[in-house]
Amino acid sequence: MKPDKKFSYFADSKMSGGRKIREISTRTIIYIILIVLSVLWILPFIYLIIQSFAKTYEASLIIPNKWTLDNYRALFDPSFTMSLGGKDVTVAKTYPFWRWYLNTLVIALVVSVLNTVFTLISAYSFSRLRFKARKAYMRLILIIGMFPGFLGMIITYYILKQFNLNQGMPALFGLVLVYISGCVMNYYVAKGYFDTISTSLDEAAMIDGANKNTIFWKVIMPLSKPIIVYTVLLAFTAPWGDYMLASVMAGGDSKLFNVAVGLQQMLGKEAGTNYFPIFCAAAVVVSIPIMVLFFALQSYYVEGVTGGAVKG
Amino acid sequence: MTTIEYLALPIHKRILHKITSFFCAIPKGIAHFFSVTLLNLFKKIGKAIANFFIQIVDIFATGDWKTRTSFFVMGFGHIFRKQYIKGFFYLLYEVIFIYFICTTGASAFAKIGTFGYVSKTATYFDEDVGVYVNITAKVGDDSLLLLLNFVITLILIGIFFFLWTVQVKENHELESLNGIGKSITDKDTLKSLVGQNFHKVLLSFPTFGLVLFTILPLIVMILVAFTNYSSTYMNPKHLFDWVGMYNFKTLFGLTNVGGDDFVAVFARIMLWTLIWAIFATFTNYFFGMIVAMLINRKGIRLKKIWRTILVTTIAVPQFISLLFLSKLLAENGGINSLLLKWGWISSPIGFLDDALTAKITIIVVNMWIGIPYTMLMCSGILMNIPADLYESARIDGASPFKMYMKITLPYMLFVTGPYLISTFVGNINNFNVIYLLSGGNPMFTNINGNLIDTSKVYSAGQTDLLITWLYKMVMTSTNKEYGVASVIGIVIFIILATVSSIVYGRTNAVKNEGDFQ
Repeated sequence: MKPDKKFSYFADSKMSGGRKIREISTRTIIYIILIVLSVLWILPFIYLIIQSFAKTYEASLIIPNKWTLDNYRALFDPSFTMSLGGKDVTVAKTYPFWRWYLNTLVIALVVSVLNTVFTLISAYSFSRLRFKARKAYMRLILIIGMFPGFLGMIITYYILKQFNLNQGMPALFGLVLVYISGCVMNYYVAKGYFDTISTSLDEAAMIDGANKNTIFWKVIMPLSKPIIVYTVLLAFTAPWGDYMLASVMAGGDSKLFNVAVGLQQMLGKEAGTNYFPIFCAAAVVVSIPIMVLFFALQSYYVEGVTGGAVKG
Repeated sequence: MTTIEYLALPIHKRILHKITSFFCAIPKGIAHFFSVTLLNLFKKIGKAIANFFIQIVDIFATGDWKTRTSFFVMGFGHIFRKQYIKGFFYLLYEVIFIYFICTTGASAFAKIGTFGYVSKTATYFDEDVGVYVNITAKVGDDSLLLLLNFVITLILIGIFFFLWTVQVKENHELESLNGIGKSITDKDTLKSLVGQNFHKVLLSFPTFGLVLFTILPLIVMILVAFTNYSSTYMNPKHLFDWVGMYNFKTLFGLTNVGGDDFVAVFARIMLWTLIWAIFATFTNYFFGMIVAMLINRKGIRLKKIWRTILVTTIAVPQFISLLFLSKLLAENGGINSLLLKWGWISSPIGFLDDALTAKITIIVVNMWIGIPYTMLMCSGILMNIPADLYESARIDGASPFKMYMKITLPYMLFVTGPYLISTFVGNINNFNVIYLLSGGNPMFTNINGNLIDTSKVYSAGQTDLLITWLYKMVMTSTNKEYGVASVIGIVIFIILATVSSIVYGRTNAVKNEGDFQ
């Protein structure tokens, strides 16, 4: 920065009179808009965090009267009884949150690994390998993608039932199968990325005697860190937010819920607003790992989002 | 009309011209499709089939005994020509195929017309009388299993024909290679798996998953659209049956199944689905773009902080934001209570209780959820717009609005066209926002203002999309109608296929002009 240039949020020092005033007023308006937007976006989450510490939920208060950590304890401690709406309830027994959390976490970890592998190898095939049915295959995927994915779910459930994968712990395995079975359909973003890697690298490796397999692992993969991280991130977060497929696979057994289905049931009409602070606590607990991951890998995510929009 | 004439027109006439030419082109396009495209397609298919048979007969006529035997025993020729592994797998598939046909495939084909037999005789020990009694129980074949087996058999037959043709042709090739003293061994085959056939290795597992858990269920479910499969027609009490186009007629009100109000409910849900998808897609797109432009504007500081604040909301799982807001926006929820306390309103606002308000609320909440994402996407692309375009426009004296309309918007639409389509598709099927926020409520009322019997319309509510309606129909409604649900799925497919084919045609036209590349 030059010493004579004055640091200002509102105008550059080299501007002249009238233009300077106009620039200052535009920038002021923009700052006001941005501040209002930031408040609109952040405030609900602050409210959520505050309410997770509230002893009782009072809708007309932003800051609760009494603060407590009981809501967090109630989620995980099955021996802990608390009073909700005048009744003593053991929340962790009626709503086994730690179980839902564990289910979702394990599924997300498994799915993120498998899904990434299959998505990337499909994308690589469509991007780099030339085979007869390539275009037809991609068109088929496009057409299948236009059917609502839920449509076949009843039948998928029935198929899994034939293999006894619809009850108890095996149902979670079935859910993993359902999640990873369609991953060839997510090839688009990664293919767009692979397309940008120069094919002269492949050719050079080929001349050095590498086969297609070696090229994939030794040439393409090391250059694709952003898209690998992006795919892992998406695959990891998807199971946390899935309601439709998880609710079908759980079949009403509360032990098999994921967090989305479980918390929806908890907030359902029969539970009433008494459970609201506990829901807020659960929301905080669910959000933390994803948020940490997100901020650590933010730059990769941004790259994937922009790249995906341009090419996909 | 030439381009010059078109450009000379005033703007409203240009729009009129575009609209009229669009609609005038439709009948011509349809006629062209049937007279030329379809005819050519049939000609091509006919030729391909004829060629195929000529080739196969030729191979049989000219081939040696090894090749001829492989017409009946798959992989026979391979095994006798040093390709043991490949030949073995061909043979294995044939054995499995024949075994499957004998055990399940054939009976599935035989019974598919009637979906099996209703009554079966079972023997049980009657303790009161002390003898074994034969009773005719209402247990029959499992119709759904039968349908599933039928489709599996069809797929296996398809694979069989494909593999059979491939191995016959390969035999022919091996034979001619042997004739000039060459041969292909297993080693060569294995080597090609990391070379020219690497795609088979990579795609085999994903394709297997796709066929088993996506394509197979989809085909079965499409067939279910032509049956009366529902909670009353379900194994083991009843078999279901083919009903032809009955479910389609039901949806369009030609049968009396859903009562008088059914068609109206379907039409309104369909309309709302389209309105929702259009609004959800474009509000997010434009407002996201505007926010991105504000943050990226030259001279605005703390860019990183503004962006981070918005990105925070992407990091929170969507379902949490939705459930949280659904409670906050409830009649006795946080927002109403606070507004009442501050005296800004005198009675609670039914954010999610009145149909129109609920629809607006849903679109606004969707903006709240979606704008950060679009902002992130747009800011990356906005930075790629060549700065000299703006510079020259400024020298020519263009206003900021004009620059936006003539440079930013066309560039963005050009680059993000495919993204817009996929977002539109995603929004038509956006289950979470509707189901977790309003659950489809409020309920429908008919012309007289009375609530419509929810059991007759499968608990459809006014903010339900087709996809949430489909979900309710097979999951939460008391009378589960799989047939009608399947028809709804097909309707969604038709909408999406139509919209995307129109838009893809348009964006391709834009691409050919190559304005920005």
